[in-house]
Amino acid sequence: MEPIQKHQGLVYPINRANIDTDQIIPKQFLKRIERKGFGQFLFYHWRFDDQGNKKFDFSLNHSIYNNASILLAGENFGCGSSREHAPWALLDYGFRVIIAPSFADIFYNNALKNGIIPIQLKMAQLDQWMDQAERKKLTLTVDLVNQYIIDEDQQKVYFDIPSYHKEKLINGWDEIALTLQHQEKIDAYEKNNV
Amino acid sequence: MNKPKTIIQKIWDKHIVHHEEGKPDLLYIDLHLVHEVTSPQAFEGLRMNNRKVRRPDLTYATMDHNVPTKNREVIKDPISQKQMETLQKNCEEYGITLADMYHPDQGIVHVIGPQLGLTQPGKTIVCGDSHTSTHGAFGALAFGIGTSEVEHVLASQTLWQERPKTLNVQVDGELGSGVTAKDLILAIIAKFGVRFGTGYVIEYTGKAIRNLSMEERMTICNMSIEAGARAGLISPDETTVDYLIGKRYVPIGEEFETLAEEWRALATDEGAVYDKTVTIQAEEVEPQVTWGTNPGMCVPVSGMTPDLSKVDQKEDVERALAYMGLNEKQPITSIEIDHVFIGSCTNSRLSDLQKAAFIVKGKEVNKNVRAIVVPGSFSVKMQAEKEGIDTIFKEAGFEWRDAGCSMCLAMNDDVVPPEVGVLLLQIEILKEGKEMEHVHIWLVQRWQLLQQ
Ligand code: SF4
Repeated sequence: MEPIQKHQGLVYPINRANIDTDQIIPKQFLKRIERKGFGQFLFYHWRFDDQGNKKFDFSLNHSIYNNASILLAGENFGCGSSREHAPWALLDYGFRVIIAPSFADIFYNNALKNGIIPIQLKMAQLDQWMDQAERKKLTLTVDLVNQYIIDEDQQKVYFDIPSYHKEKLINGWDEIALTLQHQEKIDAYEKNNV
Repeated sequence: MNKPKTIIQKIWDKHIVHHEEGKPDLLYIDLHLVHEVTSPQAFEGLRMNNRKVRRPDLTYATMDHNVPTKNREVIKDPISQKQMETLQKNCEEYGITLADMYHPDQGIVHVIGPQLGLTQPGKTIVCGDSHTSTHGAFGALAFGIGTSEVEHVLASQTLWQERPKTLNVQVDGELGSGVTAKDLILAIIAKFGVRFGTGYVIEYTGKAIRNLSMEERMTICNMSIEAGARAGLISPDETTVDYLIGKRYVPIGEEFETLAEEWRALATDEGAVYDKTVTIQAEEVEPQVTWGTNPGMCVPVSGMTPDLSKVDQKEDVERALAYMGLNEKQPITSIEIDHVFIGSCTNSRLSDLQKAAFIVKGKEVNKNVRAIVVPGSFSVKMQAEKEGIDTIFKEAGFEWRDAGCSMCLAMNDDVVPPEVGVLLLQIEILKEGKEMEHVHIWLVQRWQLLQQ
């Protein structure tokens, strides 16, 4: 997993609640056996019509959002099926940060495990940026180390993230390697219980 | 005396391998179920890092998500084929038991776990599928995980988890006749909303829950996910113990008796405190139909779609109605049906098929309707055929298929053409785009619609 301490990027706003993992990556694209290459299918049914042509009424297809890497979304982002293909698709497309008022539990964890920063902000704080990003290019800087987001007008908003998640993201640590440091405890548990 | 505990606390405490203040706990996992769609990248990760599967004996694999449900031999999509071959190879390489497409134990992962007795009270159970919550019906702590976590469990047989908050959903009273478990869980979600369980593990309690059979309890726990919770469970009782007697992976004789005692002791103690409790009266619940694009958008079958002037989230409701091709205030019974699907891990067990067959018997599927039944497992299918249930369905004009997820996920060939209405009897999931684009799906429990 790639370490991430600070990220500056263009914002793409999608003001909808309950965006589920099937909308993020429809099930017909789950058949690959690799982790890469899912970006092309991101939000597929919103981005493309039945013939595979780009739909221009969906704003992600507008050129001003080319290279967007910060996603602003509505409540309960990533609900539905537990597929990790959802964060894989977001990451592969280029998103490193997702900001929403709330996330579905499994998605939140899946995002962290792939080096995406999920940031929970109150709707009231999000609204203004959502609004700006819908009208023009908006760049935000996310400082994970100091836990704030700052916009071009120097408006700063602090956010919470559990420290152990932060540590892993900043260092890009492999979680399994960390766990296997507790090997002896796992052995002992098995001896007594299994 | 010890402080009274909920079953959730008891299972949690017993599985902690490592605990550090302010961090998630490292939990031991007793059973890891694996299927072809969410596992290939996990095995690939192991291989890249030169790691082994720590406990192949606590891991069990099957093929369900994209197996064909007719003409097994013909897998039209080469990528599906590759996914299944990959699972086969991985299981061979790492020594994991696999019920492949032709195996008599094959079926939807959440149907076969209980059927084989792999699912037992007090276990921690995970699988790379959100509906793993189904196994909670047995008083197990069971939840869905992502592929990185699948890899983590394969390598270490543990998971880092934050202690969840506990939510008691208490169902008092008795369900009316003809009202099923599916109606109850839909009514709970409609009443409290699709997010009310977020951040919690739900325990379902109360008289109406106690009165449910094991298969009905599985339907309830299965849909905890649709209520936003990661897991839902029911304290074990005699119904649980009776169900498990004689199942293949359950010990027999004295060992069973000792185990059964432990299971009984797991039940939530009198006076245990939950972080939150909600109650619903079973008598309030009527047969439900969803009209919209999430499972909370549901009304009694006698009702109608919402009145736009009276709803809170008007935009969402409007979008859902437009997507489904419905009008506001439209009577549910006026909806036209093109497809009927009976199946999925919510309701494809023997008792579900028996109930459906009882209603179908002697009737005929409308000529304009395509109707299919997909049993949850090979064993359910065999049992149903022994009872002549397949004949009832076939005579009524249904297709009788092999076991798998089928239209629930529609990764195999069981897809529906756009712009038609599908009636999903006895199954859950329905969100925008979940099946095919522009397929209109109603999840219902009853057959009134079919009979019009
Ligand atoms: S039937 Fe549907 S919900 Fe159940 S395991 Fe299969 S795809 Fe998942």
